[in-house]
Amino acid sequence: MPKDHGIGAAQKRREDVRFLTGAGKYTDDINVYGQTYCHFLRSDVAHGKITSIDTSAAEAMPGVVRIFTGKDFEGIGGLPCGWQVTDKNGDPMQEPPHPVLAQGKVRHVGEPICAVVAETLEQARDAAEAIELEIEELPAVVDMRGALEGGSARVHDDLPGNLCYDWQFGSDTATVEAAFASAAHVTTLELVNNRLVANPMEPRVALAEYARAGDESTLYTTSQNPHVIRLLMGAFVLGIPEHKLRVVAPDVGGGFGTKIFHYAEEAFVTFAARQINRPVKWTSTRSEAFMSDAHGRDHVTKIELALDADNNFIGLRTDTLANMGAYLSTFASSVPTWLHGTLMAGNYKTPAIQVNVKAVFTNTVPVDAYRGAGRPEATFQLERLVDKAARELGVDPIKLRRQNFIDSFPYATPVAVEYDTGNYVATMDKLEEMIDIPGFAARRAESEAKGKLRGFGVNCYIEACGIAPSNLVGQLGARAGLYDAATVRVNATGSISVMVGAHSHGQGHETAFPQVVADMLGIDESMIEIVHGDTSKIPFGMGTYGSRSLAVCGSAMVRATEKIINKAKKIAAHLMEASAGDIELKDGMFTVAGTDKSVAWGDVTLAAYVPHNYPLTEIEPGLEETAFYDPANFTYPAGAYACEVEVDPETGKVTIERFAAADDFGNVVNPMIVEGQVHGGLAQGIGQALLETCVYDADGQLLSASYMDYAMPRASDVPFYKVDHSCATPCTHNPLGVKGCGEAGAIGSPPAVVNAVLDALNHAGHDVAHIDMPVSPHRVWQAMQG
Amino acid sequence: MTKVTMTVNGKTVSKEVRGNMLMTEFLRDELHLTGTHVGCDTSQCGACNIHVNGANVKGCTIFAAECDGAEIATIEGQANADGSLNVIQQAFQDHHGLQCGFCTPGMVMSAAALLKETPKPTEAEIRHYLEGNICRCTGYHNIVKAIMAASGQDVSSIAAE
Repeated sequence: MPKDHGIGAAQKRREDVRFLTGAGKYTDDINVYGQTYCHFLRSDVAHGKITSIDTSAAEAMPGVVRIFTGKDFEGIGGLPCGWQVTDKNGDPMQEPPHPVLAQGKVRHVGEPICAVVAETLEQARDAAEAIELEIEELPAVVDMRGALEGGSARVHDDLPGNLCYDWQFGSDTATVEAAFASAAHVTTLELVNNRLVANPMEPRVALAEYARAGDESTLYTTSQNPHVIRLLMGAFVLGIPEHKLRVVAPDVGGGFGTKIFHYAEEAFVTFAARQINRPVKWTSTRSEAFMSDAHGRDHVTKIELALDADNNFIGLRTDTLANMGAYLSTFASSVPTWLHGTLMAGNYKTPAIQVNVKAVFTNTVPVDAYRGAGRPEATFQLERLVDKAARELGVDPIKLRRQNFIDSFPYATPVAVEYDTGNYVATMDKLEEMIDIPGFAARRAESEAKGKLRGFGVNCYIEACGIAPSNLVGQLGARAGLYDAATVRVNATGSISVMVGAHSHGQGHETAFPQVVADMLGIDESMIEIVHGDTSKIPFGMGTYGSRSLAVCGSAMVRATEKIINKAKKIAAHLMEASAGDIELKDGMFTVAGTDKSVAWGDVTLAAYVPHNYPLTEIEPGLEETAFYDPANFTYPAGAYACEVEVDPETGKVTIERFAAADDFGNVVNPMIVEGQVHGGLAQGIGQALLETCVYDADGQLLSASYMDYAMPRASDVPFYKVDHSCATPCTHNPLGVKGCGEAGAIGSPPAVVNAVLDALNHAGHDVAHIDMPVSPHRVWQAMQG
Repeated sequence: MTKVTMTVNGKTVSKEVRGNMLMTEFLRDELHLTGTHVGCDTSQCGACNIHVNGANVKGCTIFAAECDGAEIATIEGQANADGSLNVIQQAFQDHHGLQCGFCTPGMVMSAAALLKETPKPTEAEIRHYLEGNICRCTGYHNIVKAIMAASGQDVSSIAAE
């Protein structure tokens, strides 16, 4: 019988009822009295000097309240970057100012220059048209390789070569060179990890109001981490102390990383609301989202693998150019370094690994974390490379992987992380069973009978989630701690509100988190509610990203619940005139061990708030506890994925026929939600592999800025997926033994798809070593023409 | 300004509207029916799907003035009379056919329109019909499964979990 209660139960989501009936409350659904509307005039050139801005005609337009320009932000902080990476020469990274509204120059298409605040949105838009803006266009820096050349134009005038940092990590050069010098075979691959746009279906929205009486600002915003926004915007941009700034992220329609960051628009509306003493609202259009939401990926990599005569991996070396865009977004600098370089060992015991990354400024939208953030880039290059090595050596790609698997834990990689636990053989065994490898030949024959090519591709992945020990990330340059917090508030009649720092924007925390508390207390989930997304209600929190909510915030919730149990046992002991050490809690009843004496959960909670018969000299009334949890290590979900594709040789079109994912997420609280997370990740990974890419022309114009041009995966682009998470090796260092499941699908799927396409082509006699993503019909067809 | 009168979820409403007011704006701003969402500006995403005289229409492609006299159904009117989820909504919950919920109103409206036309659609028919509804969270797996289940089909063998 499947569980229907507590940890492990596939409980239906309670939040669904409001979403299914149109009763969700997203930021754009919030309107406040006296609200004004903001429209940004954005740069339509990639790079230029602002020679004049004349707002006088626009200011006279109907309904205009005020027009703001960069001048209004002189002396006010720019948008901060939350992670300082150190160059291999020991210098800090280059960190040019990132203004809220452009100061003197524009550096990417979409950069906000002016903001018109008006009584209606139409009036704001009309007035923006009347602003006389002159920009002297400058040569745009678009190509990363060109950007690094001495003669290149400069995105930031005082930054020749457009280099943000040159980072080196892992084994020393001599060790890696020795490994390559002794290699029996070296496989080399150059590839691009295509630039993507996260595209949560809800565009960003920011609505700010200001209460002059108390000097208090409130920002409603589409954020994955409202406390982080409060801290960054309050402390670094606008100078508003936390107790005067409330940030609310209500229902948020997807994030995928792009709603982590602090954006100019939310700082602007908060600033403007104070200036004009009226609420200011901005709602992004999808077109604006394409040119103002931080983009993802965009790496160009050369990677080399050294193998000995027995096909053991003995050395790995990578050189990556990582696009930062025009400015450093909040966590941009950490993505190609600490979230990418540290994962280059993958699932393999390669003894010498060196990672080199140059981060480059270009006249494009800032690039930052997108689902997986660094780990998909690491996985794609490594797993494509291993497949290429297998083909070159004429060995089975699964066998080559198995031979090199890390098989004992804990395992310290040459790239600084220590995997606490895992079982890569088990997930690979599971995968082989799920995808039915013996049946492949028959399926291939069937495809060929229809005139199609069929290919099979596999890959492994590992990720580091639950970011992570604050003291470690601090040493690595993080400017924040990465713990999380939870408050468990037990009410007098026994119901519970749990205030969590994690934010749910599709992950189902409102359902899954109560399952944990219910399990610990032995009470029904319906007595427990989760409160999230409002800095005025929640003590603190670092938010949701990097598959960390349950591993980090869930652990804080467990710790707070343990404190509740400890105190409740003392109260129960008093009520039953027993010793607290003898009290047991089971199924919501406190009993004295070895006796038939018991009191119910509700009796104890009532006693805490009506302390007539209560040990007041020993413990305080009330039943509310807070815990902050700082993890001891990252968690390391891992798995093996396989894909079967059909390729139409006439058109080059690829269709995904079968996809299987065997994941090790450690313990699982709600398997239904976990499977849904994997499904979504897979579609995003398949989207990256086959469909999605962000295209700039040589002038820095963004050509893929709508759903007419940017190919989002649709229902007909993907199959039913087979997913499994039964090969669980619980995390060894958090109380739930959970690892995180949010990003796996997006990390693990692109190489399997591309490997499958190449298998199909090579089997059909086309000698194709690599095709860059997206593996579009055009690219496949071209590759087949040789 | 034009006066329009229409029936929305069974209730008659009359309002003065601008000639260029889209149905999405009319529903959200004038009637405060914020369940109809706006996810794009090129009529691609389908988060704003509503029914106009029974036809499945993207609310961003039609002016309020064009709907004068029409019968409009939105997500807010889909539940059963007692407030419980209707068959399609219930199937979406049962099969985890939604995550962030933003595309969900459009998905439910499209699913309802599909099942009216094709009471027992195949997987391929569902995927084809949802061409105009983008979801970024679910990978479509559970949406397709939910719609099949809502049409009374046995979905227990789909991609054994």
